[in-house]
Amino acid sequence: MSGWMLIDVALFAILLCSGIAIAKIRQLFAVAMLSGIFSLTSACIFVMQDAVDVAFTEAAVGAGMTTVLLLGALALTRTREKLTPTARSVPALLVALTTGALLVHASGDLPAFGIEDSPVQTHPVTERYLVSSVEEIGVPNVVTSVLASYRGYDTFGEVVVIFTAAVAVLMLLGQRAPREVRERAAPMRDRQRVLRVIAKLLIPFILLFGLYVQFHGDYGPGGGFQAGVIFAAGVVLYALVFGLDAARAAVPMRALRPLLAAGVLLYGGVGVATLLLGGAFLDYDLLAAEDPVAGQHLGILLVELGVGITVTSAMIMLFYGFAGRGIGRGVGRS
Amino acid sequence: MSLLQSILQITADLALGAGVLLVLTGAAGLHRLSEFFMRTHAASITDSAGAGLVILGLLLRSEEFATALRLLLILLFLLFTSPTASHALAQAALGDGLKPRTGKPHARDGAQTP
Amino acid sequence: MSLLSYYNYWIAIVLMMVGLYVVMSHANLVKKMIGLNVFQVAVFMLFISLGKVRGGTAPILDPAFTTYSHPLPHVLILTAIVVGVATTALGLALAVRIHEAYGTTEEQDALKRDDAESGAR
Repeated sequence: MSGWMLIDVALFAILLCSGIAIAKIRQLFAVAMLSGIFSLTSACIFVMQDAVDVAFTEAAVGAGMTTVLLLGALALTRTREKLTPTARSVPALLVALTTGALLVHASGDLPAFGIEDSPVQTHPVTERYLVSSVEEIGVPNVVTSVLASYRGYDTFGEVVVIFTAAVAVLMLLGQRAPREVRERAAPMRDRQRVLRVIAKLLIPFILLFGLYVQFHGDYGPGGGFQAGVIFAAGVVLYALVFGLDAARAAVPMRALRPLLAAGVLLYGGVGVATLLLGGAFLDYDLLAAEDPVAGQHLGILLVELGVGITVTSAMIMLFYGFAGRGIGRGVGRS
Repeated sequence: MSLLQSILQITADLALGAGVLLVLTGAAGLHRLSEFFMRTHAASITDSAGAGLVILGLLLRSEEFATALRLLLILLFLLFTSPTASHALAQAALGDGLKPRTGKPHARDGAQTP
Repeated sequence: MSLLSYYNYWIAIVLMMVGLYVVMSHANLVKKMIGLNVFQVAVFMLFISLGKVRGGTAPILDPAFTTYSHPLPHVLILTAIVVGVATTALGLALAVRIHEAYGTTEEQDALKRDDAESGAR
């Protein structure tokens, strides 16, 4: 027990230090890196608290995608922040301290950490998810079965949210601003030989791993979101090493736009199909002729595929939006 | 067989201990060294040697084949990517115009290097 | 209220307040988004710690284990993480466009420019 607590204490200490450093440091590139460290450490803490799917997603999304997007935004804006005047920081500090004190006082009503008879654990839905799901769905990863089947409507809403965000970023950043074209000088390309070789070596395995995570989400941590982000990370790596134009030639926007919509359509299409087969929206039992469990498996497979396709396209489109916008005014000079 | 097991156990503990020591050394170097390229070297020790030895120690302690295989693959991946990351960092700094400080070691003067 | 059973919640609350402070006080729009991210991650930690059972394991059914941590917080937070990155991306895109329009990502300067322009009319 005390060994785990030491790990917990160390991880929380790193989190607290990174959090306070994020608040105090004004050089925004450093803050972007620190936020990546923050996300990765929180992913470790999620593993300590048995949330392996969440840790996977947080590591991929928080430490990967968010850092890339932050760096892209910082390259287009200023990288140094102005000093916060005390007229703003003192009232904010007071509000934060008061709210924190209230929350800590209120947290006394929460059940103690980790006990077995808290309201969360004793609610009848726990037994439904952990015990009945074996007969009803038969998928070992309970998080996947809850995400895709029991709470499929929430996940549908989430896929639409990602779709909307990608469309909105496309509207905001999609049109190329006039950019200065900087051809990589030849000596630079020579110096990048190591990077190019390693990238060529790794990208196939990254994409393969994305496929593995997509389809293995039933049996281990994984699923559509993580797979989508890993796929996008592979393409982002390609773009970072070989140039945005090469990436845009390999994975063009005219392929991504229909894919983005295709994922949402697939998800909604499964729901409409079950409606047409006579059941409720997203009632997977009806998808296979006589066997509800097989129907559930098929439904979860299709739905997760839809999620994976949309998340991949959305993340790549977000990256293209930020990276393709061009050099903005005052980059890094203020 | 218990001799083999105790040898494995001791080797694993040594590897873990050495890995942790190297990580601490890298952290100390990151904090104390004065020049960018020296700090990059310290950070690269943490990434490649420190983490690699820790994973090696865990590999020797693993009990199932599946766990050992996964750890091996992670070790392989780490050995490919960590040195590349340090290399990319140093290349980016060189490409930006930062030059490593060469010559005899001398007293630190504040305005010399970032 | 012993320290051992509640320290998870308190640390999550402290981190939430750090994030909240950054959002409230810093004028730089990109810094605000980062602060919002810190706040979100702290909320996730609070939520996940509510589902944990001591002695349990990850909710992947296996004959070798009997106690599992509750899967529902994990599902909700999984959704929240992805929605969070969508929000962050959109916020950063807006910050980029504001920078292109006003020449600054500091909220105060952009507002001052707006006031100056509307005052000049």
